[in-house]
Amino acid sequence: MQDLFHIGGKELTSRLLLGTGKYASNQMIPQIMEASGSQVVTVAMRRVDTDFEEENILNHIPGNCVLMPNTSGARNAQEAIRIARLARAAGCGDWVKIEVISDNRYLLPDNYETIKATEVLAAEGFQVFPYMSPDLMVAKELVKVGAAAVMPLGAPIGSNRGLKTKELVRILIEEIPLPIIVDAGIGRPSEAAEAMEMGAAAILVNTAVATARDPVIMARAFGMAVEAGRAAFLAGPGAARQYASASSPLTGFLRED
Amino acid sequence: MSFYQETLGYKEFDYAQFFNRVTREDIGRILYQNRLSELDYLALLSPAAEECLEEMAQRAHRLTVQHFGRVILLYTPMYLANYCVNQCVYCGFGRQNPIERQKLTLEEVAAEAKMIAATGLKHILILTGESRQHAPVSYIRDCVKVLKQYFTSISIEIYPLAEGEYKELIAAGVDGLTLYQEVYDEEVYGQLHLAGPKRDYRWRLEGPERACRAGIRTVNVGALLGLHNWRSEAFFSGLHANYLQNRYTDVEVSISPPRMRPHAGGFPPRVVIRDKNLVQYILAFRLFMPRGGITLSTRESALLRDRLLKLGITKMSAGSCTAVGGRILGEEPTGQFDISDDRDVRAMAHMLYSQGYQPVFKDWQTLE
Repeated sequence: MQDLFHIGGKELTSRLLLGTGKYASNQMIPQIMEASGSQVVTVAMRRVDTDFEEENILNHIPGNCVLMPNTSGARNAQEAIRIARLARAAGCGDWVKIEVISDNRYLLPDNYETIKATEVLAAEGFQVFPYMSPDLMVAKELVKVGAAAVMPLGAPIGSNRGLKTKELVRILIEEIPLPIIVDAGIGRPSEAAEAMEMGAAAILVNTAVATARDPVIMARAFGMAVEAGRAAFLAGPGAARQYASASSPLTGFLRED
Repeated sequence: MSFYQETLGYKEFDYAQFFNRVTREDIGRILYQNRLSELDYLALLSPAAEECLEEMAQRAHRLTVQHFGRVILLYTPMYLANYCVNQCVYCGFGRQNPIERQKLTLEEVAAEAKMIAATGLKHILILTGESRQHAPVSYIRDCVKVLKQYFTSISIEIYPLAEGEYKELIAAGVDGLTLYQEVYDEEVYGQLHLAGPKRDYRWRLEGPERACRAGIRTVNVGALLGLHNWRSEAFFSGLHANYLQNRYTDVEVSISPPRMRPHAGGFPPRVVIRDKNLVQYILAFRLFMPRGGITLSTRESALLRDRLLKLGITKMSAGSCTAVGGRILGEEPTGQFDISDDRDVRAMAHMLYSQGYQPVFKDWQTLE
C-alpha cells in the first residue's frame, strides 16, 4: 500500500519539506533535494531576485518540486499578506508559508498576527501553511479560518534543539484534523523520526541540513529518518511498558481453572 | 527613559579596576553561558580576554553560521551631497575643509543608481553631510523615490531626524538607518565636535530610537574607532544595540566597527586600534548578541576583510565610493575618507564563494 501525502491540493510521496536559507551556495539545492527525496521547498520571498539570473534562487529549484514561498521578514499580518501577494504575482504559485515574527531575539512566531494573515490569504485562494507556536486554541482558529496545515515549532527556529515542544505538538496531532507539520528546531534525524512516530504528517528542516558539515549526506539522513518514523507510525508500535512483563504473573491463577 | 539614562549608569564606572579583576577563568566561564550580561560582555572586551581569542572565535563562528548561515549580504554606499555645517575634527566633509561641495541632481541620482544596479546590488545606503539647507528631508525623500526604481532596500546615513521626519522617509520607501554615535564618551564627544548641530550629543544618541519608534526595519549603530578608548566605546556600542533590540524587538539591529581612515583634514587617530583589537570587539559582540548583525565596510583592507569574514560578519559593502557622484563623474572628487578595499561587486562575490559563503544581493523587498 502506498502512503501518499495529500496536502494543499497536491499528492506527494515524501514527507520532508526543506528550507533554502543558510547554504553556502544556491547551487547545492538540487543535490540536497535529490539526496533527501523531498518534493517541497520553502523560499524566503525577501531573497527572491528575479532580476538576477545567476543568483535568483528560483532558478536553482528543480522543476518537479513544489514551491512554498514564505513571508520571512514580515513583522505583522499586513506585511505577510503583501509578501504573499508579491509571491503569487511573481509566479510562485498558490502555496504560502506564513511566518510573522515580531521578536528578533527568539524569532518566535506571532500567533495572533498569523491567524489574521491566514484568514485573509485563505479567502484569496492561497493554500496557507502557518508557522506557529504550538497552542491548541490557536491551531483550532487556524483550522476555522482555512489553513491547509498547521506548522508548530519544535524549538526556536535555527536552534537545532530538537522536539522541545513535544507534549504540545502531541495535543495538536490528537485534536487537529489538518496535517501537523513540525517546523523549526529539529536538529537531528532522530528527532525528525520521533516526531513522525508520534503522528506528525511531515517535517520541515533547514538549519540542521544547511549548517551540517556535509549538507548532502545530512539531507539524505533526514529523508531516511522521516520515512522510518512514518513507517513506524503506520505500523503502530507496541505500547511501551514501565516494567518488563513478569514471567510469574500475580494474576496467573485466574487462568488456571 | 532612553539609552542616555542607561549610559549615565556607567558614568563613574572604573574600567581599569574592572579589567584588572577579570581572569582567564572568568572568560572561560562566560564563553559557555547561553546568555551574557552587560558586564560579561565587558569582560570579553578586557585585556585578559585577549588570551582567549581563538576560543572566542570558534564559538562566534559557530553561532553566526547557526543564526545567519553561510551568507553575507552585500550593499554599497552612495553619497548624495557633501555640504556640511558641522565641524567634526576627524571628518573629511567637515565645514573647515576646503573641498569642493556638491549635491546630486535627481537625474544624477538615477544615473548613478543605474550603474550600481547593473552590478546586481539591491541594497543601497545613501549618505549626506549635515545641511538642512542643501540636503533637506524633502530632497532625500525625492532621491528615495528615484532609488526605489532600482533597489529593493534603501538605508539612510544622514543627520539625525525627528520621529515625524523618519516616518516621512519610511513612508517614501526607506527601511534602514545607520547612525553612528562616533564617540559614546560625552566629554570626548564635546571635544571633537566643535560646531554645528552635531554638538548635541543626546539628540544624536537618541536618533536610532526615534527611528525605531517611527517603524524602521533595520538599525545600525556604532562608534568610530580611533577617537577614544576602544574597549569602552565597543562596550557602549554593544549596549546601545542591545538596548534597542530589547525595546524594539521587531527591528533588526546591527553594529559596525568602523576604524578611522585617512581623510581630508588629516586629523590623526587619538588611539590606534590594532587588528587584534578589532577582532576582539567583533567576537565579543557576537557572543553578547548572537542574532545581532555586524557590518564591515571597505574601511578595512581586502586581506583583513577576507579573514574577518568568518568571525561573525553578516553584511559587507562592495564597489564602494565615498565621493559625491564618484561613479558617474569623470574625475575623482574628494571622498569622505579613503577606502582600503576597492574590489568591485563581482570580485567580492567571487571571494565569498571561494570562502564557502553565499553573497546575498537581495534580503528585503520594499512593500507598497
